[in-house]
Amino acid sequence: MPVKHCESAVVVENKPLGNGIFKMIVWWPYPAEAGQFFMVRGWDKFPLLSRPISVHDADGERVTFLYEVRGEGTRILSEKKPGESVELSGPVGNGFPVEKIKGKVAVVSGGIGIAPLLLAVKSLSGCEVTLCCGFRNQSYALDSFKPYVQEIRVATDSGKEGHKGFVTDLFDPADFDVVITCGPEVMMEKLAKSCIAKKVPCYVSMERHMACGVGACLGCTHHTAHGAKCICKDGPVFEGEEIYA
Amino acid sequence: MLKTVLNGVTMKNPVIAASGTFGFGREYDQFFDISRLGGISSKGLTLEERFGNEGERVYETPSGLINSIGLQNPGVDAFIREDLPFLRQKDTAVIANLGGSTIESYLEGVEKLNETDVDMIELNISCPNVKHGGMALGIKCDIAYEAVKQVRAVCKKPLMVKLSPNAENIVEMALRCEEAGADSLSLVNTFQAMAIDIYKRKPVFNNVFAGLSGPAVFPIALRMVYQVCGAVKIPVVGLGGIASWQDAAAFLMAGATAVQVGTANFVKPDICLDIIQGLEQFLKEQGCRSVSEIIGAARV
Ligand SMILES: Cc1cc2nc3c(=O)[nH]c(=O)nc-3n(C[C@H](O)[C@H](O)[C@H](O)COP(=O)(O)OP(=O)(O)OC[C@H]3O[C@@H](n4cnc5c(N)ncnc54)[C@H](O)[C@@H]3O)c2cc1C
Ligand SMILES: Cc1cc2nc3c(=O)[nH]c(=O)nc-3n(C[C@H](O)[C@H](O)[C@H](O)COP(=O)(O)O)c2cc1C
Repeated sequence: MPVKHCESAVVVENKPLGNGIFKMIVWWPYPAEAGQFFMVRGWDKFPLLSRPISVHDADGERVTFLYEVRGEGTRILSEKKPGESVELSGPVGNGFPVEKIKGKVAVVSGGIGIAPLLLAVKSLSGCEVTLCCGFRNQSYALDSFKPYVQEIRVATDSGKEGHKGFVTDLFDPADFDVVITCGPEVMMEKLAKSCIAKKVPCYVSMERHMACGVGACLGCTHHTAHGAKCICKDGPVFEGEEIYA
Repeated sequence: MLKTVLNGVTMKNPVIAASGTFGFGREYDQFFDISRLGGISSKGLTLEERFGNEGERVYETPSGLINSIGLQNPGVDAFIREDLPFLRQKDTAVIANLGGSTIESYLEGVEKLNETDVDMIELNISCPNVKHGGMALGIKCDIAYEAVKQVRAVCKKPLMVKLSPNAENIVEMALRCEEAGADSLSLVNTFQAMAIDIYKRKPVFNNVFAGLSGPAVFPIALRMVYQVCGAVKIPVVGLGGIASWQDAAAFLMAGATAVQVGTANFVKPDICLDIIQGLEQFLKEQGCRSVSEIIGAARV
C-alpha cells in the first residue's frame, strides 16, 4: 500500500453532525484500507504535530473522516470549508484483517471509536453483522451503516437513546464468531478479556498519543504477546489476545 | 554546491536526519528516496536490546515535543544484522548513534561497530531519558572527558560526540571533548523539561523529567552552536528545532559544518528534502558556488 504525503488534499465536504462531531470528505484518489489512519493537519505551525484520524470511508477517489472536536487541532479541522485543503500523510497502519473475518460478527464501538468501523463493515463479505454502539447522549453516523449491517443496538450513558448503560451490556460475545471493536480503552479491555475467556476471536483498534504516526519516534510503543509493538505502525488494529491476554 | 566533507566522509549535502527521529530510515523511505539525504543518524543504539520507558512517552507543548522514549532499540548486534544492510543500500552517509549506561558498554558497542562499514559513530553522551549514565555523562565535563578519551582509544571510525544542552558549561564541555579526541561535535540533544497532568495531580512522565525538542528550542540551540563554534577547532554539526531551510542556513552561518533535522520529520515527512532544495536555491540567489561560503558567515 503506497504511503503518501500530500500537502493540499482538497476538502469536498465538512459537515457538523451535532454534538461536536463532524464528517469531512477529502479528495484522495488512492487506496486506503479499513482500520488505517492518516496523520492530518490543516494548519501551518501550531499545533506542532499532525493529528491521527482514522479512515471512516474510502472509495479510491475520496476519503471520509468522522471526528470529534476535542482541542485546537480538531477545532481547526472543523472550520475547513469545501474547496480549502488539508495536509495528509498516509494511509498508515495495519487495519482490520477483513478477509479473515467470517460468520456472525459483532462490531462494537464506544463514542468516536465508531469512526474506523464503517469501512470495516463495508469491506466484510459474507458476514452477518450486528453493530453495537455506545454514545454519551445521542447516536450519530448510523445511517451510513444501515445498508451493511443486519442489526443496530444502541446504548447511551444518559439513557436518552437506546439502552442506558454500557455497550457491552447489549450482547454476549459467545453468540458471535468474531468481535471487532474500537473505543475507550476500558471498554475494549473488558470486551477483549471476555472474548478471550469465551474463545471468540477479537480485533481491537488501539489509540495512543503518537508523534510521527509511522513508527519512527517510538512514542506509542506497547507491550504485546509478540514483544514491543508500535501502535501506529504495527497496529492500530491488533488481536485482542496480543494486547490483553 | 551542497557537497560537504565531515571528518573525511563526503556527503552530498549537509543535511542529516537526527537520531531517534528517523528510525533506521525505512519508515521515511516510503515517502521519499532517503538516498537524497546527506546522512542518517540511527536511532540511539545500546549494547543490549531495550524496551525503553513505561508510561507516556510523548507530550506536545507550544512549538515543542517532550519525549521520554528511553532509548528503545534492538541492540547493536541486531542493528548490524538487520538495519545496516538496508541503510548501506542507500547512497547516504550512515552514522551509528551509540548510547550506553556504563563506559564498558560504550566500549563494547564501539568495538562491534568498528568491524562494520558505518561511516561514523555519534557518541550520545547526552540522553536525558535513561536513569543511569546517559545524561550524567553529558553534564559533568570531567566525566565526559574520561568517557570520550576511553572511547577514542578503541574507536577506529570518525568519532562525533553529541552534546547535551544541559551540560554544566557547554563551551567547556565542547573543549574537553575536543581535547579527549573527538573528531567532531554535534549539538544539541534535548533540553531537560517536564509536564504535569493537573487532573491527575502528577507528572505526565514516569521519569518525571524528559527531553524537549522542536522549534521551541531553536534559538537556544543556535546560541550554543554559535558559542561552541567559536571555541573549538573541530567541525560542529548543529541541530535543535530546525523546521525550515532558513533555520538550517542560520546554523551554518553560526559556524556549523552540517545540520541535523529531528522533530520536524514528524511534522512533515519530507521536510529534509525541502531544506536541501531551499538551501540550494538560497545559495544560488546569494551567488555562492559552495555551501562552505556561508559557514560561519554570521560570526562577529
Ligand atoms: C490511530 C488513531 C486514530 C484516531 N482516529 C480518530 C478518528 O477517526 N476520529 C476522531 O475524532 N479522533 C480520532 N483519534 C483521536 C484524535 O487523534 C485526537 O482526538 C486528536 O488528536 C485531538 O487533537 P486536538 O488538537 O483536537 O486536541 P488536543 O487538545 O491535542 O487533545 C484533546 C484530547 O485528545 C487527546 N489527544 C491529543 N493528541 C492525540 C494523539 N496524537 N493521539 C491520541 N489522542 C490524542 C489528548 O490527550 C486530549 O485528551 C484517533 C487517534 C489515534 C491514535
Ligand atoms: C522522539 C525522539 C527520540 C530521540 N532519540 C534520540 C536518540 O536515541 N539518540 C540521540 O542522540 N538523540 C535522540 N533524540 C534527540 C534528537 O536527535 C535531537 O538531538 C533533538 O530532538 C533536537 O533536535 P530537533 O529539535 O530537531 O528534534 C531524540 C529526539 C526525539 C524527539
